[in-house]
Amino acid sequence: MAILELRDVSLQVNSTLILNGLSMEFESGYVQAVVGPNGAGKSTLASLIMGLPDYRQYTGDILFEGKSIKNLNVDERARLGITLAWQEPARFEGLKVSQFILASARNKDKKEVDRVLEMVGLEPARYHARDVDKTLSGGERKRIELASILAMKPRLVMLDEPDSGVDIEAIDRIFEAIDYLKKDGTTVLLITHSPKVLEKADQAFLICHGTLVDQGKTSKIMEYFRGKCLPCPHKNVPEINSAAIVGGKI
Amino acid sequence: MTEDLVEEILESVNLHRSFNKDTPHLIINANQVLSSHQVDGLIMEPEELPDGVRARLRVKKGVKIGSPVHLCFGLLPERGVQHIIMDIQIEDEAEVSFMAHCTFPNAVNVEHLMEAQIKVGRRAWYSYFERHWHSEEGMVRVVPVARIELEEGAHFSTEFELLKGRVGLIDMDYLTVGQAGSSAEMKARIFGRQDDRIKIKEAAHLMGEGSRAALTTHIAVKNKARAEINNEIIAEAPYARGHVDCKEIIQDDGIARAVPVVEVRNPKAHVTHEAAIGSVDSKQLQTLMSRGLSEEEAIDLIIQGLLS
Ligand SMILES: Nc1ncnc2c1ncn2[C@@H]1O[C@H](COP(=O)(O)OP(=O)(O)O)[C@@H](O)[C@H]1O
Ligand SMILES: [Mg+2]
Repeated sequence: MAILELRDVSLQVNSTLILNGLSMEFESGYVQAVVGPNGAGKSTLASLIMGLPDYRQYTGDILFEGKSIKNLNVDERARLGITLAWQEPARFEGLKVSQFILASARNKDKKEVDRVLEMVGLEPARYHARDVDKTLSGGERKRIELASILAMKPRLVMLDEPDSGVDIEAIDRIFEAIDYLKKDGTTVLLITHSPKVLEKADQAFLICHGTLVDQGKTSKIMEYFRGKCLPCPHKNVPEINSAAIVGGKI
Repeated sequence: MTEDLVEEILESVNLHRSFNKDTPHLIINANQVLSSHQVDGLIMEPEELPDGVRARLRVKKGVKIGSPVHLCFGLLPERGVQHIIMDIQIEDEAEVSFMAHCTFPNAVNVEHLMEAQIKVGRRAWYSYFERHWHSEEGMVRVVPVARIELEEGAHFSTEFELLKGRVGLIDMDYLTVGQAGSSAEMKARIFGRQDDRIKIKEAAHLMGEGSRAALTTHIAVKNKARAEINNEIIAEAPYARGHVDCKEIIQDDGIARAVPVVEVRNPKAHVTHEAAIGSVDSKQLQTLMSRGLSEEEAIDLIIQGLLS
């Protein structure tokens, strides 16, 4: 069964069409990826599903577990079990790691903080009392974000570029955390333009210019990374630049 | 009778259970010295005035006072003026830290005026933490003025916290003048509500080579409260370093203004400042809301972080 369904979703910002008639179904309990070149509209799609204030004016509909979430705010969507890890997580001056994690946690026991920090490979005793601010490295900050999501136990999580700004060791920990989430029955949506992250997915969607180009098994979508054949009309040319043209949809 | 007053003051600052009478301390209600205890090397000479207390405090050369010196300045009646005049001298290489509580639990209309002259000797170490406890509704006018002289290698830090109860009006004016190798840190954390008025001036003059200063002011204002921060660092000497940090979050009809002044008179000195004023950061807010916190819960947590 689809946990999340997009029906002909389009978003226009200042007369530019950023998402163009997207219809997609995300299966419950699987890891799925949304891939596409820079500027394809992946982060926009995640923001729109989360219901962020600047992304509420879409046409079409989004159904979560069969019900429209169109009129719900960010926090109402979160309480249904939808959450998002930003590509660049926010920093919170003066807020302790433990306070930050407990704020999201379902189980408000301090032990929960230890549990989820261990799951992302951060030694609890060393991180509890640290501030969630610029003194943390990008990789640490991203892992703490994941820890807070593990404590939240969402039904659906979107991870926007989970490997960006992260060193090799942290990437492995982040991948492990994705496995934990899956084991817990959380549906994971990886938003990425990295083949390495795509490999973690069972299924994938390829979008370019806000348009769905192809979807299917990860192995099939991975082909687009290999066949760097034709130049893409995009200015930012990533690995899968040619995808849209190969797909013949644009 | 005096015992009861001591008890009442300690209770208002939540110390009635943990307070140990053998720790060095000075407890004042209005213009009356209720209790004091000094230890070796620490000399306290309080003198009652018609409207307050004048106190001379001295830490003798090289003496390191092991536990923090507790100072409680209270005004238990609903109305009144309390004038505190402090003359503090920390002699060379001495070390002391103060834990000060200013408490006006029943205030309807109270004025607390503090004038301090502080001299921190060569390589001496001074730290002062001041927490205010105000009543929920009453009007308290707090006007602290401090002039601080730091000799070579002296360290001075002071932190002012006013989070409990209404601010009323605060008009703070601190100035440090630092000789070579000295360091000054001043911090203020204040939460203004209703029609509170907050005026802060922290200033540091870096006169000596390699002297340093960091001025931090974090303020939140809501309802119709207003805040004005005028922090200033003037660096005169080579290798002097300074940083001014003002952060203010406003909600409702609050108004905040920050005027950081930095002046550098030597090409080898370096001073920076950052000021951020605005409503709660939207990314922080949305992050917390995406974890299921309501908007109010998220704002409270962000402000708690700013003022922590
Ligand atoms: N709030 C916005 N206003 C205007 N343009 C936007 C806005 N957000 C995104 N865009 C544009 O939409 C396109 C898709 O951006 P984005 O979703 O960030 O792409 P991706 O995450 O796939 O790299 C880009 O061309 C970007 O410049
Ligand atoms: Mg993106």
